[in-house]
Amino acid sequence: MSGNQVSRRRAITLAGAGVAGVAGVAVGAGALARGGGDRAAADQGAAAGAVPFHGEHQAGITTPAQDRLHFVAFDVVTKDRARLVDLLQEWTAAAARMTAGRDAGVLGAVGGVPEAPPDDTGEALGLPPSQLTLTIGFGPTLFRDAQGKDRFGLAGRRPAALADLPHFAGDALRPELSGGDLCVQACANDPQVAVHAIRNLARIGMGVVSVRWSQLGFGRTSSTSRGQATPRNLFGFKDGTANLKAEDAGLLREQLWAQPGDGPDWMTGGSYLVTRKIRMLVETWDRSSLVEQEQIVGRTKGSGAPLGRGDEFDEPDLAAKGDDGQPLIAETAHVRLAHPSQHDGARLLRRGYNFVDGSDGLGRLDAGLFFIAYQRDPRKQFVPIQTRLARNDAMNEYLRHVSSGIFACPPGVRDGGDHWGRSLFG
Amino acid sequence: MRTTRFLALAATGVLATTGVAACGGAEKDGAAGDGGPITVKANDTTCEVGRTDLPAGQTSFKVTNSGAKVTEFYIYAAGDRVMGEVENIAPGLSRELRVELPAGTYETACKPGMIGKGIRGALKVSGTAATVAPDAALAEATASYQRYVNSQTAALLTKTEEFVAAVKAGDVAKAKALYPVARTYWERIEPVAESFGDLDPKIDGREEVIEEGMEFTGFHRIEKDLWTTGDISKDGPIADQLLVDVKAIVAKANAEKLTPLQLANGAKALLDEVASGKITGEEERYSHTDLWDFNANLEGSKAAIASLRPALEQRSPELVAQLDKEFANVETALGKHRDGDGWKLHTALSKADLKELSDSINALAEPISKVAAVVAR
Repeated sequence: MSGNQVSRRRAITLAGAGVAGVAGVAVGAGALARGGGDRAAADQGAAAGAVPFHGEHQAGITTPAQDRLHFVAFDVVTKDRARLVDLLQEWTAAAARMTAGRDAGVLGAVGGVPEAPPDDTGEALGLPPSQLTLTIGFGPTLFRDAQGKDRFGLAGRRPAALADLPHFAGDALRPELSGGDLCVQACANDPQVAVHAIRNLARIGMGVVSVRWSQLGFGRTSSTSRGQATPRNLFGFKDGTANLKAEDAGLLREQLWAQPGDGPDWMTGGSYLVTRKIRMLVETWDRSSLVEQEQIVGRTKGSGAPLGRGDEFDEPDLAAKGDDGQPLIAETAHVRLAHPSQHDGARLLRRGYNFVDGSDGLGRLDAGLFFIAYQRDPRKQFVPIQTRLARNDAMNEYLRHVSSGIFACPPGVRDGGDHWGRSLFG
Repeated sequence: MRTTRFLALAATGVLATTGVAACGGAEKDGAAGDGGPITVKANDTTCEVGRTDLPAGQTSFKVTNSGAKVTEFYIYAAGDRVMGEVENIAPGLSRELRVELPAGTYETACKPGMIGKGIRGALKVSGTAATVAPDAALAEATASYQRYVNSQTAALLTKTEEFVAAVKAGDVAKAKALYPVARTYWERIEPVAESFGDLDPKIDGREEVIEEGMEFTGFHRIEKDLWTTGDISKDGPIADQLLVDVKAIVAKANAEKLTPLQLANGAKALLDEVASGKITGEEERYSHTDLWDFNANLEGSKAAIASLRPALEQRSPELVAQLDKEFANVETALGKHRDGDGWKLHTALSKADLKELSDSINALAEPISKVAAVVAR
């Protein structure tokens, strides 16, 4: 069994690598050797390479989804706006270095004076960039706290699209795992590289920000590029077949990136991020029959084809009826309720990850999906889709939404003179 | 009047002798073979059945409760398959049960306090036993379970009426006492009730399933008021609506005929309810009476399996044996948490207690998940 697991994982990684090569993101990794050591990065292909940090949009959104995630939400603990802006500048420099496969600080894990703690924590020494991307977002409470206070003089710059999410039917949210003033999404093909990045950002931020919650994800559940095979979530089904993909340039403009005039200028070229930690009751799911599972999802488990169709990428026929006169894809099937045709064409770019956070003390895995979705306006996309799902999705029997977050992710850092949040705080 | 064809069991005599033999084979003042009602004298500690050796065919039992607790009377075939029952016999009252019994070995049971295995006695019915064709056994499963649902909905209605009356009278103590009892009948048949999508959330919706702009109503709304503020002075309209909704669902449930496959899935769904809602304490977050629901879900699951039992005995006797063993294990694990006629609060259980219950439910739910495929073949 474990042999199969390894080869499957490798297959996915290689599929990702192919795409990355096409997109031209494979930088000569050897020249960026972390800690100066030689590595076999070139042998490992583009999956080990670097993704450019600078650009029109932030990396980590349409970047072909890497295999691993470490996501963190921070509370800002300082009242000093200047300190926060300084931190964002310092973070930006560290992020640019780490995504290139270098140490977090200029001295590095072993290059400083012996009496001082190193300015990099060291666990990524010798590891390639691994397509690390770091993506920042700003939460509603950065603009106005729970008491309505304008903490940093930003209240007037809060986009209307960054509205607090409503309560959805069945939400079992834990406040200590939800929200946050800032977030950073770290994705990489090596979990150690992702964790290293978050750990070093948290350390740099001591006194200015404090980790509110964080989440590891071990396997991507969406493909964000046509070159990637569709992976499976922990229900064993292909997930993200109908996802927005990097190649859909027109749709990305329409559905993903904030456009001029949508809201404040500082968000133009950015995107809105919704996170949901969704516990899956895998033990009860695993006892349900194959036919029940397929009816709940609305797709076959093997190929991922919509019920009644033959191929994974066939469009679901929502009008088709079976011999019994009932819809082939049930009224409560997940694929029907989430389908763009049910929501005026609204789509999401999903890039969620499977998680298993140990066990729950009751003999069950604490497992599920850390849902991540980017979009142009959650009020027109995530909110109506999730409202419908929360109300009617047959899958809800096996799900618990335990954490929720919404963040405004600004456009990309243009060059070495730019930094995270410059357009917001400028 | 029941019109169901009764069919003999393929495997009688497999009943474990776990019943409490409170009455011997006494025939002292029971009716003779003249077809008159057999008397059952029930009180809080005994259950005297006037006659325990009968000819096959139609029989009547007259159950008189001289105890202080409300009682129930059951006739069980192997695996606690309900052949007939009367629920909710109040102290001082008599109720009659008419039932058609084919030849076989049965158990009678009185359940003072309406809880637990009850006071058991043996019942032997003699006559010619026909062989059951597999399909006939499945057809009987549907009818058998429908009888069960009808008995539960009748008691659900009665107990909900009492609960609603207590709420409207502002009697907090009485309403609190009735709350888990009324819900027992709901929880036993939850998969049937839940199949009526719009009524279920109105009756049984938890606070978090209510969307913005919707009103939080039903059992759990009143539960919240009873156990948090203790102020139910404004709950009259909610209680009235609860009764209206329960009446509507009772009428629908009584008319519902579940297929054997639905029964099998219902038995599994009830255990899923336990695993995902009761062990965690999610369901009864204010009253903490989750173990009442746990027990009711378990009983409901067992009743659905019992209805399928003749068919399962024919098709997969080893699965039946496994289910019997695992049901007994869960009952033993749960039985440790009895508290008088009821159950300890969820908050009184340790994490280790809950883990033991969770493990026992998982051990039972795995074989139960195999029942549907056996029924379908």
